[in-house]
Formats: sequence, structure tokens, C-alpha cells
Amino acid sequence: MTATDVSSGAAQRRSGHYLYAASVALLCAWVLVPLYFLLINTLSSPDTVNSFPKPFIPEFDWGSLEFFAGYEGMLKALKNSVVVAVLTMIMSIAVGAPAGYALSRFEFRGKGLFRMLVLLTRAFPLPLLALPLAVMFIRTGLDDTAIGLALVHTTLAIPFAVLITFSLFSGIPIELEEAAWTLGCTRFTAFTKVVLPLILPGIAASAIFAFVISWNEVFAAAVLTIENRTLTAFLLAKLGEAPLHLKFAGGFILVVPALVFIFAVRKYLFAMWGIANR
Amino acid sequence: MAEIQIKGVAKSFGSYTALHDINLTIQDQEFVVLLGASGCGKTTLLRIVAGLETATTGEVWIGGKRVDHLPPKDRGIAMVFQNYAVFPHLTVFENIGFGLRMKKLPNDEVKRRVERTAGLMHIEQLLGRYSGELSGGQRQRVAVARALAMEPDVILMDEPLSNLDALLRMEMRAELKGVLAESNTTAIYVTHDQVEAMSMADRISVMHQGRIVQAASPIEVYRNPAAEFVAGFIGNPPMNFLPATPQGGGRWAVAGQVLDGPQTPKALKFAIRPEDLRLADHGLQAVAKVIEPLGAHLLVTCDVNGALFRAVLDSDLSVKPGDTLTLAPQSDRIRWFDPETTRAVA
Ligand SMILES: Nc1ncnc2c1ncn2[C@@H]1O[C@H](COP(=O)(O)OP(=O)(O)OP(=O)(O)O)[C@@H](O)[C@H]1O
Ligand SMILES: [Mg+2]
Repeated sequence: MTATDVSSGAAQRRSGHYLYAASVALLCAWVLVPLYFLLINTLSSPDTVNSFPKPFIPEFDWGSLEFFAGYEGMLKALKNSVVVAVLTMIMSIAVGAPAGYALSRFEFRGKGLFRMLVLLTRAFPLPLLALPLAVMFIRTGLDDTAIGLALVHTTLAIPFAVLITFSLFSGIPIELEEAAWTLGCTRFTAFTKVVLPLILPGIAASAIFAFVISWNEVFAAAVLTIENRTLTAFLLAKLGEAPLHLKFAGGFILVVPALVFIFAVRKYLFAMWGIANR
Repeated sequence: MAEIQIKGVAKSFGSYTALHDINLTIQDQEFVVLLGASGCGKTTLLRIVAGLETATTGEVWIGGKRVDHLPPKDRGIAMVFQNYAVFPHLTVFENIGFGLRMKKLPNDEVKRRVERTAGLMHIEQLLGRYSGELSGGQRQRVAVARALAMEPDVILMDEPLSNLDALLRMEMRAELKGVLAESNTTAIYVTHDQVEAMSMADRISVMHQGRIVQAASPIEVYRNPAAEFVAGFIGNPPMNFLPATPQGGGRWAVAGQVLDGPQTPKALKFAIRPEDLRLADHGLQAVAKVIEPLGAHLLVTCDVNGALFRAVLDSDLSVKPGDTLTLAPQSDRIRWFDPETTRAVA
């Protein structure tokens, strides 16, 4: 190879590198800029929020957030949100993980169809189902309860739970379980001693995922609860007529917990998507 | 006491039949090697004995007890998997001790057995590592040690030394054989390495396309292959074949030579091992094509009447490509095969 070949190759590689960096920066900005404005507006006084142009540095005015801290019903809604999300998390893993295991380990008729159907549950828009559901819940007495709402959220979270655990289980070679069987394990002990330790981080990730789905869900929450509103439904109802600075602060309160969760489990989410994160 | 009986076992995966009517009895403490080309069903048979796969038909008996319906853990077996199956979340020590812990053995006994088997496999310095920190050959030895530590009645090994270098493999071969003989273990050992099969086996069971074509002592399999497949598979280089036409009265014409053979009117195949040929005044006319010095011997690939033919000759011989050699087959080593059934004809 001649010297010019080398240098042109290097130049190409360098320009490719710039393109890559630029794309990454653009994508990050796409996500981060709105979040940053949300943060600034939350931490600004009402006057600043309504003025233009916006400052780029937050002025650390805690007024809006303090307002929410003292707001009637706020804490109760927060508690409801947590309860519903935790219930959703538990139920979607309790149902989704065994289904994921079955999909990855057993051959049965209609397996492909079953996988399809699991995904199809996401094809029906919730608004379409919300009214019949509300009627049914009222008949069965599930309306306005945490467990009732958690059931709905569980159906939303299950497809993800099934597919995530399916791919996790599939990533664990069946030979590991078989080896455990030949070493004195039953199917159950092989699962607890070999599969579970390997899968636990992933299960935790998909549990958190279910938590976040439930936390962010607003439509079913608004339709199916009245007294026991979750935070999203509560804020949606209250913020409609609230001033702009409170809207920003409310949005901020909603976004932060989800962000914190996703940040906490990012490693597993990356692993799940096959992105090495070392 | 653990005799293994495999009675009429067949296995189908959908429409594909991986095993056809396998019958094999393995004596208590016998060391049987399953030898065969890739895909012939060795692993499948082993898995059926282990209870990891259910036979489509047939029975498996271990130690005089029918075990078809028993889960692997109740069959008194230990298995070395072809792809090792070393647990990634446990250290080498805990891997080897896994089965012992399941048996609830006291800690000091677990430690003693783990250290002993690790020593046998030369991995005692790796006990604290995780499988991700091991080479393929080290992982494989962990798998073997894990099975040995169980001190089972029956050990099933699926190519347990395939990933080791030649020297280590030779050493491990001897150690394994010694340990198993000492512990009175019945062993089924899968390999496609003939040398390994020859050197370790009490009996070799040669498999071909889901069938056992011959089960006999290594020397018998080598000297008297029961079928053309065995003759062509065992031995390096394998047996030579030439078409033979009957001349009547047990006389056969082979590549222009007349030889004595069996009394049948059908056409047969003549077969001879490359090392059972001598240079002589009368014999098969072979045109040398490729000459490969192997140290002690000379491997000469020739053309006899248009057929590929190999001879292992003395390394002192000076021969060039294009030379014509006269090769005399050693008469008591000649074998005959029926081309229709591919079976040996006496
Ligand atoms: N679960 C399965 N489903 C379908 N076919 C299978 C399955 N397991 C094995 N087979 C087929 O059965 C045949 C025998 O496979 P097996 O693994 O027993 O071969 P093997 O003799 O161990 O080969 P190798 O030496 O390559 O390990 C192969 O043709 C394989 O494709
Ligand atoms: Mg195999």
C-alpha cells in the first residue's frame, strides 16, 4: 500500500467518525433539550416562565415545586401511583416470566401464534377498551381501586414482560439446566440454582419497565379512578386550568421518577437490546 | 453394579429419524466408545441414556432397573456435555462441587473431592475463577472434573477431550482411563477421534446414520470390519477397495490379478489395509501419484486400474510420482464386502 492510500483511508475514517459524533450529538439533543427546558421552567419564578426569551441557566426558584409539596391530595396520589405501579410490576412478572420461560423452553402447537397474540394486545387502543372496562369494573366492584387499575396496567406491561424474559431465558443455554438435572437437580431446583441467578438482573429490569409503564399511564387511570387517582391522572385533572409554571413543575414531577428508574436499570436494558455496555 | 442395556431404542425428530433400533448392552465397569461421523446420532443416544431426551420407542435399563421414566438425577449417571455447560455464575470450585452440594455432602468432603478431581484434570490452580475467565480446554476439563467428582455408577462423556492439545489429550486419556477403572465406573464415551477410541475402549461401537454397524473390541473392529463403512472409517489412512469379479471356484479377478476368496457367484469388493501391502514381483500394478513421507513410513497414493489406492511402505524406499509399483496384498489380511448389503463376506 502506498502512503496516499493510507492517508486517504485515514481521512475517510476520520470523516466517518465526525458523522458518527454529529449523529450522536443530534440524537442526544433531541432527547435532552426538552428535558432541559422542563427543568429550567420548573425552577423559574412564574414571571420568568411567561417571559421570552428564556434564560439558559435555571434561577433555582423552588416556588412551583413547593406549591406541589403542599398541594392537597398530592401525597395521596403519589402513594396511589406507587401502589399501582408496584402491583403492576409484581403481577406482570408473575405472569410474564413463566410465559417467557415456556416460550423459550417448550415446543407446543400454536407457539408462533401465541407470540403474535401477546404482541397484539398492544394493538387495541386503550380508549376503545376503557369504557367497556369501566362498566365491567363498576359491576365487579373493581372500579376506583388500586388493584383494578393495576390489572389494566398489567395487561399493558405483559407483552414487554413476556418478550423480555423470553429473550433472557433464550440466552441461557438449555444445557446449563440439563447439566444441573444430571447433577441431582429437579426441574425446579435447577431453575432456582442455575437459571434464576443468571436471570435475576434481567427480571429486575423488566419489573422496573413494568413499573415505569404503569407510572406513566394516564388514560386508564383517569377513566377508571375517581377518588384514588394516581399521580398522572391527578395532575392531568388539576393542571388543565393551572398556570403555565405549575404545568411545567407538574410535568417535571412526573418525568423525574421514570428517568431515575430507567437510568438505574440502563445496564440491563442495554444488555437486553444486545448492546454491549462495558 | 451398573450394567446398561439399550433395547430397541429409536428416536425421531419430526419426520427425521436420528436413531434406528439401537441394541447395545454395556457390561458393568465396561468402557464403551461410541465412534462415528458427525451427525450420526452419538449425542442423541447418550442423551437418551441420560434421560435428557425420550426415546420414540425402546427401553433403557441401568443396573437391572428400567429407567425410561426416571428423571436424570435418579439414574445414577453423570454426564460431560459436548459444549461443557459450565455454570457461568459459579467459580470452578463451586462448579465441580455443584452435584456434591446437591447431595448435601459435608463441606470437608466436598472440598476433598473437588480438590482431588481438579488435581486429576490439572486445573487445581483455577478453582477460584469463573468460566468466563477460562479457555475452552480449561472449561472442558472443569466439565469432566464435575462429572468425576460425583463418583457415579455410570459416566457419559460426549467428546470430553476434543478441545485439548495433542499432548494434554494423551495425558488426560490415560488419567481418565485409570480413574474410571479404579472407581469401577461404567463408561460410555463419545468421540470421533479413532486413536482415542482405539486406545481407551474395551469395546468400540461404530455408528453410522443412526445405526450401530459394529460393536466389538478395538482390534476386531480394525482387523475385521463388519461393514464397508467401518472399513472406510477406521484406520488412517482407511482401507483400500477394488471391485472383484468371480472366476469360479473361489477365484477372483482384482485389477488384473487373480486372488483366492470366498465361494460366491456375486460380484464383491476386495479390501486391504494400506499397511498390509508389500512390494513384490507379482501383484497389483499401481502407478504412484503422491508420495508423503510420514517419518517411520512412506504413504504412497497410487492409481490401480483407475481407482484410488494407498500403500504404507518402508521409508527407505525411493519412489517418484509416475513410477509403477507392484504391490502384493498380505493374503490373511484381505477382506471381502458385498457391494449390495455393504456387509463383510467371510
Ligand atoms: N433436537 C433436535 N431436533 C431435530 N434434529 C435433531 C435434534 N437433535 C439432533 N438432531 C439431528 O439428529 C442427528 C444426530 O444428532 P447428534 O447430535 O446425535 O449427532 P452426533 O453424532 O452427536 O454428531 P457430532 O459428532 O457432530 O456431535 C443430526 O442429524 C441432528 O441434526
Ligand atoms: Mg454430538
